[in-house]
This record gives sequence, C-alpha cells and structure tokens, in this order.
Amino acid sequence: MVSAPSLGERAYVRSGGTQTAVKILVVGHFAVGKTTFIGSISEIEPLSTEETMTQAAESVDDLKGVHGKTTTTVAMDFGRLTISDRVVLYLFGTPGQQRFVQMWEDMARGALGALVLVDPERLADSFPVIDLIESYGLDYAIAVNHFDGTPLRDERALREALDLLDDTPVVTCDARDEKSSAAALTTLVRYLLDRSQQTTHPAPHQTSH
Amino acid sequence: MTGHDGWDPEDTALVRAYVITKGRELPDEEQLSLITLVTASPGHAQRPLRLSPEEQMLLDICSAGYLSVAEIAGHTRLPLGVVRILLASLVEGGYLITRPPVAPAQLADREILEEVLNGLRAKFG
Repeated sequence: MVSAPSLGERAYVRSGGTQTAVKILVVGHFAVGKTTFIGSISEIEPLSTEETMTQAAESVDDLKGVHGKTTTTVAMDFGRLTISDRVVLYLFGTPGQQRFVQMWEDMARGALGALVLVDPERLADSFPVIDLIESYGLDYAIAVNHFDGTPLRDERALREALDLLDDTPVVTCDARDEKSSAAALTTLVRYLLDRSQQTTHPAPHQTSH
Repeated sequence: MTGHDGWDPEDTALVRAYVITKGRELPDEEQLSLITLVTASPGHAQRPLRLSPEEQMLLDICSAGYLSVAEIAGHTRLPLGVVRILLASLVEGGYLITRPPVAPAQLADREILEEVLNGLRAKFG
C-alpha cells in the first residue's frame, strides 16, 4: 500500500508560512564529499531525490528505466538550514555531469551561488564542474575538502590549476565537521554579498506575464 | 512474512508513472520549483476526497506543516517529476497551497544574503 511516511514535527519548515526559501548549490565531482558536507550542517537528515533525465514523453514510460529504455535517473542530495524566521536555506548537491542538463537547470535557477568542493589530489576532475557552474552564470567559492592530513598544495598553484579569478575565494574545509563546513559556507555568502554590492543593480523592473 | 515475497500489486514501483500522474504533464517550473514551500490548505479535510493513493499520501505528508517540493519527493521516494505533477493537481483542486520563493524584485538578493550571513554567524560562531 501507498502510505505517507510519518514525519516528526522537526521535519517541517519552522516558519514556512512567512519564510523565503533560498538555495545554495554544493557541487563537485563524484565522491568529493558533497553528501558529507550537506549532512554536517543540515538540520534534517539529508534527503535524496531522483530526477529522470530524458524527454518528458519517455520519462513517464517506466519508473525504473528498465526494459532497454534510455532513461537515466540521477540522485540529488539536499539538506536544510533554518536561518531565521524570514529565511530558510536549502543546500543541494549533485555530481557535475554535463549530460544532466535538466537537473542543473532546476538546481541553478534562482540559486544564490555555489560552493565547489575540490579534492586537491584530483583537481582535473573539478574542471567540468567549474565549467558548468560558470556556464550557468553562478558565482562560486572553492572549498578544498582536506581531511586526511595530506599537505595542501599551495593556494597559488591551485588557483592556477583551476584557472580562478583573483577574487574567487579558496578555503580549506573538513566536510565532516559542522563548524568547518559552516565556515566555508560563510566565506561563500560573504563573497556573494561583496559581489552584489559591487554590481550596480538597475532598479528591478516589473515583469509582466 | 507476506508469503508473496513482499510483492504488492499496489507497490508504487510497479505502477507506471503515467498511471500515477493520469497522463498529466509537468507543471510550470515557476509554479513548483524545488524550493517552493507547500502545505495543506486549511479546508482540505472538508473537501470531497476522490484522490489517488499517491495524491492522498502527498496530502497526508503536507498536513502537518510546510515542506519544500524537494523534501516531499525525498520523503515519499517518488520521482521529482511525478511529485510535481501530483502537487500541481492538488493545488489546482484546492487541497494544497504553495509559497513560491519570493521573487528577487520583492526581497533584494542583498537583503537575503545579509540575513543568511548573519544567520550562519549566529548559528556557528
């Protein structure tokens, strides 16, 4: 039978009636620590959902994508952080595969920015992720997931390798540690705020749909 | 033990998605984004219930407070596209109400970023 999972009170958005929901993306290549990062600061057990990566006509054909269909499902992990009575923040994580365009569009639309998790030993794996983030015009900071005590390549070399702009923040973090993950996120948000203050925004124009 | 190897004819995974959605198409992205907050409308219990089991499940899960579209999909383990379609139909039927993320024009990005920054600092020091 189909029955609703019973959720505790804490599963619900605290002030959902008045809060603005915003999102930040946590991106990076496979196994770089996205889920760990989200789990370390999320107030809910991180959730996962799947999106079917095909044309709508095909995607409704079979839930499991079996029987030789070309449908692919890809998981997206996310967590939540109540910021205040006015704002609730969602963190979405997904691998940076270019072929999952639809998922990227869903995730990127309206995102405040992105935190790119980088493994210093696998820098090249981060190139496609950064390309994608840039192609969606999202501002980002780099968080070097640094948990095993290996010496960190010096920042300049890393900036060069990743071809970063001078003002793109680079921080190290231990994705397993709440405070460390929060500090990386704070660095990103401070940078986004700086960017928004640099940019002279034209007066918001009324959109007429 | 069920004696049926756990096979249940009403198991969601065995029902084709277009059956669950009754062939309806994906709603407008803006109407139900990943972070649109959804809850049951105050009068939903008085409405005549002719809902599918999946719609009933979504309505049940939304009865106790607000959840984002993504969270509803995560908790129910239904594919996101299916959840969107079913939620859209429940909204249309007046069972659910939504709170779309506030458009940038209404609450400045900068204001939100300041709030997020202060919130993170307050929470994590």
